[in-house]
Amino acid sequence: MNMKLLHRKALYFFAMLMSVALVIGCGSGKDKTNDSDDIVTLDSLEIDEQLIQDVKAVKEIFYSLPSPLETAMILKQAGAKYNEELLNPTENSSRYLTNKSMALNLGIYTTDLSYASLFDQTQATINYMNVSKKMAEGLGILNAIDEDIIERLEVNINNRVAIMDIISETIMNSSSFFEENDRQALSSIVLVGGWIEGLYIATNLVGADANFNNNELISRIIDQKLTLGTVLNLLDENSDNEDVKNVMTNVNELKVIFDKIKITTSKIEPVIDEETNVTTLKSETRVSMSPATYNELKEKVKVIRSNYIL
Amino acid sequence: MKRIYQILIILTVLTLIPFYGNSQCKSFAKKVCKLELTPYIHDGNFNAAILTEGEDAELYKTFYAGQNYRIYICGSDALPEIEFQVLDVNRNVLYDNRKKDYSRLWDFKLESSQQLIISLRVKNSEGESYEIVSGCVAIMFGLKEDMD
Repeated sequence: MNMKLLHRKALYFFAMLMSVALVIGCGSGKDKTNDSDDIVTLDSLEIDEQLIQDVKAVKEIFYSLPSPLETAMILKQAGAKYNEELLNPTENSSRYLTNKSMALNLGIYTTDLSYASLFDQTQATINYMNVSKKMAEGLGILNAIDEDIIERLEVNINNRVAIMDIISETIMNSSSFFEENDRQALSSIVLVGGWIEGLYIATNLVGADANFNNNELISRIIDQKLTLGTVLNLLDENSDNEDVKNVMTNVNELKVIFDKIKITTSKIEPVIDEETNVTTLKSETRVSMSPATYNELKEKVKVIRSNYIL
Repeated sequence: MKRIYQILIILTVLTLIPFYGNSQCKSFAKKVCKLELTPYIHDGNFNAAILTEGEDAELYKTFYAGQNYRIYICGSDALPEIEFQVLDVNRNVLYDNRKKDYSRLWDFKLESSQQLIISLRVKNSEGESYEIVSGCVAIMFGLKEDMD
């Protein structure tokens, strides 16, 4: 073979490899230092110029949504009961063929899995782990949920802490896979799917005769107004993706309703328990939401969720 | 021509380092950082990045009333101390680990749900050094069921 041609081909290969690696490398980072468009705006914040300057100087910015496990724990702590009829049936898993629907339903099924496990629903836990596995495999997430995890789940089925740890590992494997493979857009869709499922379960567990002024579950639903800004910021980071744009439209529809809810909070005072070394952040919050707004929210969540589960 | 190959190989290796770093970061967070959350359960979210001394990061998250949380800032051994603060939305400081001998963990709960900001910074190395140190930094959250 002509050596000159071989050298040229080798050089071409290196140049291509470098270009691809550089493009992916630059995209995967979250360096905000020189990007004038990346001003962080939180829905619940009135941000002054100094604050904007502070944030612009930060190298890495993370927007963290409640994980499916945290969502399930919030529901349980707020007094929710278990109702399997509210979960997305496992039989629906064969309907999800696109990346968007698999990502949304990975979030939805992982939330259902966490919810079932916290209420010691052993068979449902295994079933929802299996459909979560199916969604993860469909998205090409290698080893997020392997056979070993399913076996560990079965062995520890009566040990709730061990099961929660396995679910936590599953969620982490998925989220880190997306991060490592420059698929943050899909990762954000998974998180939104889980968030919507949490809202759907919560709004459907509130009884018709619930007292709006003294109901923990309603309080946690109202609290989602605080998370909404983080959801939008997370999606905005990936808004060049068409699927993310569609999901963002849904979240903005929810924002219109959440904007009708008023939340005011007093100054936060940290108080340390010297014995346990646990700090309590003491503050008082006042909220104002009409039953009509609550019903509007519940209905909108139902419509969005039914579009997601198909 | 040989020299061009050498330069290209060096550049390729340098370009691929961030990918290797990301993969190492996950392994580090999984094997080392998660253990420090015990007896809290890791929430499963992966918030980690390669930071160099002097660099900082911020995380925005809503924390819910009634939950017990542990924040653990996990940095590779090669890095200098990591400063971290917890701020409210008006950037009032609620916790500063510089007052706690650079403790990497903080346990807390809330009377009402709040959006908080976790702000961290890798300190610059002390003394004269020509080597710039960088390593994985993970922000981990642990949850615990309230037994009260």
